Amino acid sequence: MTDKTGNKTFNLTRRTALKGLAAGTSLILSPAVLRHGLAHAGETIKLGAPIHRTGIGAAYGRWYERVANAAVKIINDGGGINGMPIELIIEDDGTDPKRGTEVVEKFATEYKVDAIFGQLFSHVVAAAAPRAGELKVPYLMCSETHQLAAGGFSRYAFQPGITDVKSQIASMAPWVSKNLGKKVTMIYPDYAFGYGHRDFFSAAMKEQGGEVSTLIPVPPTETSFSRYFPQIDPSSDVIYHVMVGPGVLTFVKELGEFFGSSHPAIFGFVDSIEAVDLATPQLSFLEDSYFWEAAPRYAQADQTEFDKFYREAVGVDANGASTSDPKDISTYSHMFSVWETLFAIKSAMEAADYKGVEQKEAFIEALENLGTMEASNEHPQGKKVMDPKTHQAFGVQNISQVKSSKMEVVYTTTIEEGMYEPEVDYSKMSL
Amino acid sequence: MGAGMMKSLILHLAVLVLLFLLQFVISDYAILTLTRMMVLGIFASGFNILFGYTGLLSLGHAMFFGAGVYAAGLPIYHFGWSVPLAFVFAIFMSFVAAVIIGVIALRTVRDSFMILTLMLAQAGYLAILYFNRETGGSEGLTMPQASRSFDFLGLTIDLTDAATRYNIAVLLLAITIVVSFILIQGRYGRLFNAIRENEARTEMLGYNVLTAKLFSFTVSGTIAGMAGAAYAILFGYIGATFAGIQYSIEALLFTLLGGAGTLLGPLLGSILMTTLIDRLSEVTSAYFLFLGLILIALTLWFPKGLLGTIKEKWLPWLT
Repeated sequence: MTDKTGNKTFNLTRRTALKGLAAGTSLILSPAVLRHGLAHAGETIKLGAPIHRTGIGAAYGRWYERVANAAVKIINDGGGINGMPIELIIEDDGTDPKRGTEVVEKFATEYKVDAIFGQLFSHVVAAAAPRAGELKVPYLMCSETHQLAAGGFSRYAFQPGITDVKSQIASMAPWVSKNLGKKVTMIYPDYAFGYGHRDFFSAAMKEQGGEVSTLIPVPPTETSFSRYFPQIDPSSDVIYHVMVGPGVLTFVKELGEFFGSSHPAIFGFVDSIEAVDLATPQLSFLEDSYFWEAAPRYAQADQTEFDKFYREAVGVDANGASTSDPKDISTYSHMFSVWETLFAIKSAMEAADYKGVEQKEAFIEALENLGTMEASNEHPQGKKVMDPKTHQAFGVQNISQVKSSKMEVVYTTTIEEGMYEPEVDYSKMSL
Repeated sequence: MGAGMMKSLILHLAVLVLLFLLQFVISDYAILTLTRMMVLGIFASGFNILFGYTGLLSLGHAMFFGAGVYAAGLPIYHFGWSVPLAFVFAIFMSFVAAVIIGVIALRTVRDSFMILTLMLAQAGYLAILYFNRETGGSEGLTMPQASRSFDFLGLTIDLTDAATRYNIAVLLLAITIVVSFILIQGRYGRLFNAIRENEARTEMLGYNVLTAKLFSFTVSGTIAGMAGAAYAILFGYIGATFAGIQYSIEALLFTLLGGAGTLLGPLLGSILMTTLIDRLSEVTSAYFLFLGLILIALTLWFPKGLLGTIKEKWLPWLT
């Protein structure tokens, strides 16, 4: 548009803007666009993946999505499931309970998927899993949450790809008390994720004759941690830390400044540094400290052929970084759950001769009866045992020591070390 | 009743009837999502009483939504209360919370009021995290299976049934709209408007402005709390996020988008924004960016929101 002086102006009137808004809204709401999941129902297995693309879980979600795509490609290249290719539908759940539930409802009723998998953060799972059960759609979490095995959900909920946090933590206590000491100070985030550690590790240490002498919860919004360190019991043998988020760099740096060269043994959950480069200078204080890892981020000297295969398929190098960007560190101790969950779905659908929703009940029963899943390309983290009552899989865990800014596995637990008595029996519930 | 008021009443009743009838033609997913939109629309409607009609901008209304969520959810979870009892209790507790917080917050005006409501809401959010053993903290609590159906007046209400939830949401929305309509058309509604337009003049005319503002604040907080209680009961989950700042901002955005000072504006805003997020997120993870651009455009060309502009231009009788 040109005005009287000859200058070009951009003059958008209210009416034009209204028209534009109306047109844009109509386009977006139109069923003719964007409806890939609706486009071709039929000879496919539709799997819905609500992924944490945005929000607090985005670092995990990015890798969960890559792993899901890689596993689906391998399954489809190998002929799919029962002769049908997987149609993977991914949508962002914003790492938010409300949005996470909406997406689950969308998968169940609009896309009419055969199963839903991939949610991680426990507050999202807590909101979404029950709704999936009410909508009678199989829901497979990749979360570590103990809520499933504690009986909080329904027969439609499963966790076949990763051990829950209660088992992970309990299996660490014997080694920690035997090798590092019996008196522990815990520094943990003051929200749900931290409470699991607080409760389960305290109980597990008590069983080992040890104690968690000091609990130091840190608000998730905290950016400086120095003021918390004087609370550390000076007679502690071990500092147990688990933090999530960018605060970890400051946390470790300030912890190093507080202690200097003489300090108790340090044990942490790798969640603290998932997606963070261990060679970052601020993390140098972690040298020689210990971490729980579900899957060793750094390829070990005795790396299994299965880990090698999986690492290559998902595009992760021997240092746990993306093969296309060495600065892009994976969430290696969690993302295998997506891979293993997809192969568990495949295995159960094949056992049930699944062709569509008519075999949904058989599929659920087959998931319950997955039994022992041996270490393989399909289960690269290691052997899993599925508990048909709790719908929770149990696997081995690793304790690694930081050496030259890499992690070396020093101990691998047995599956039995993490087992506990079932707290629920979903298999007796109606479908 | 004047002709304008009659037109407005007929329009609002027609919208409610339309919402009821929609369930017979829309898809299963639309029923599920529209249920949630209506509950959030009720929340924003409560906010709108204070913001749109009385001119008081609270940045902490999630505290009332959260109060409703927890006052309904915790007794059900911990003490096995019946759903109707917990719902009524939650409305009462939201009312109490609104009176107490109103008495404190209304000692301030303008920016101070906004900041104080924001801070009080943040205190509420942090209290939920602090008492995490009871509230479930940020992880929240899943409502027990037993609370998903209950008997009420001889009827068995199954909350896992989409149509049941939808009709409960329509009923609660209808109650909200009707109560708000009566309030806004009455003496207090005119007083709210007077305060919004010129508080000092209203006071000089002899009205007790503080009492009127407290009344508006209480009605607003109670409706928001009712929406929170409905959310907890209908969707079976309570969590700290519902008391977080994003929900305070959502109520504001729904109202601004749909039209502050119109009864249907917040509902329209809730429907539009939720739908936009839902559809845009299918193609991009930067959906909040596009949403932001739309809101900027709206602020530039429709400062009164969609229904607010329609009211200003064409339908001056719209309530």
